Amino acid sequence: MESLTQWIQGLLADNTIFTLQTLSYYGEGLVTTVQLVFLSLVIGLVLAVPLAIGRGSKHRWIQLPIFFYCYVFRGTPLLVQLYLIYYGVVFIDGIQDTWLWVILEKPFVPALIAFTLNTAAYTTEIFRGAIKSTARGEIEAARAYGMSWWLMMRRIVLPSAFRRALPAYGNEVIFMLHASAIASVVTIMDLTGAARFVYARFYAPFDAFLFVAAIYLCLTFSILYLFRYLEKRLLVHLKPSGQ
Amino acid sequence: MIDLHGYGPRLFEGAMITIQLGVLSLILSVILGLLTASAKMSRSWILHRIGTLYTTIIRGVPDLVLMMLLFFGGQIGINQVTDWLYYQFDIDIFINVNEFVAGVLTIGLIFGAYMGETFRGAFMAVDNGQIEAGRAYGMTNWLMFRRIRFPLMMRHALPGLSNNWMVLLKTTALVSVIGLSDMVRVAAEASKATREPFTFMLIVAAIYLLIASVSEWGFAKLQKRYDVGFGESN
Repeated sequence: MESLTQWIQGLLADNTIFTLQTLSYYGEGLVTTVQLVFLSLVIGLVLAVPLAIGRGSKHRWIQLPIFFYCYVFRGTPLLVQLYLIYYGVVFIDGIQDTWLWVILEKPFVPALIAFTLNTAAYTTEIFRGAIKSTARGEIEAARAYGMSWWLMMRRIVLPSAFRRALPAYGNEVIFMLHASAIASVVTIMDLTGAARFVYARFYAPFDAFLFVAAIYLCLTFSILYLFRYLEKRLLVHLKPSGQ
Repeated sequence: MIDLHGYGPRLFEGAMITIQLGVLSLILSVILGLLTASAKMSRSWILHRIGTLYTTIIRGVPDLVLMMLLFFGGQIGINQVTDWLYYQFDIDIFINVNEFVAGVLTIGLIFGAYMGETFRGAFMAVDNGQIEAGRAYGMTNWLMFRRIRFPLMMRHALPGLSNNWMVLLKTTALVSVIGLSDMVRVAAEASKATREPFTFMLIVAAIYLLIASVSEWGFAKLQKRYDVGFGESN
């Protein structure tokens, strides 16, 4: 560890902008970005599955509110949603006296809420499409076996829908990574926040933003390859035979 | 009635800026997208490489980072060029980057990459027989593009184009971060000043939904126009 630090220091000896100090800002920013994106995606996914099932429900009073939720969150900019939640929580009556304020005071939680609601809306639409395109025969087969609705969902519809949703969900993950840059607007020190800090400190836009762009590019490619690998593994049965 | 605390006219101006910004960058991105699609489909490997590099890099980096890079870096870059011109050739010019122009250029540049992918797929979906027929009529390349490839391509490109437009519209909100007074910035200022974030942000959200709904309707009309001859009857 000691020698590694020395090696990095030697590498950065003539560099006035990228010192160990600024690199540690970028490092912390990377951790914040990954946390924010990962948490919102996981919670969003958990919300999206029941919402997607409800979206295809025959009952209008289940279907319509979900449709409305998706329409609003997909039709307005994430920045507006973030502002609404970030500035909005402050004005809930008496919230500053409750224990909730300890968490909500920092911008991380409002940002997480906004991102989660946003990605849940997009993911709901992706899953709904996948569930809708389930082959008729599979459902008929499940019925013929006398499966209950719940068993059919669990064993037949959802597993195949998840696989079909994989390519579109991969895009959503990348979209979310890029959207997380907006967190820097509400003073969160994510990757973009770190870049903005370095830019303001040294007035060096090219160094600050090109470096962070390269990090984002690496992250994007990692996600891309992960999903390509998953697709290869999970969608084998959909490939034309003889390949 | 909703009390806007006198922010109504500024909010309206902001909405106008959002719409202008959106439409102008849409036009720029369509032009760039057509160029990129042609570059990626051309036989020249250099053009192909450039096209691929452009679409890969732009689509791999967040919009906001690109916007800040081009906006904050753009002025310094231009200053360096004009300084160099001054010292080398004694030409004294000063170019000040206008926020609006910078916004249009940046958003256009970003979405040119997405449009490029959309158009490339659409051009490839055009039946080869149609192009051969055009060639058999002795059409020039330009005439063939104008009369055959473009109208036929648009049928396939429209769903992607409309999708890109919706994303572009929402991306225009980001210009408020780099200092342009679009409606999101006006609403953010108003929220802080009046301490009524819900009023202003919900109005802005409603305007975005309105623009999105109107353009959805417009795109449906366009789709009908380009679907002529491909209807269910044949």
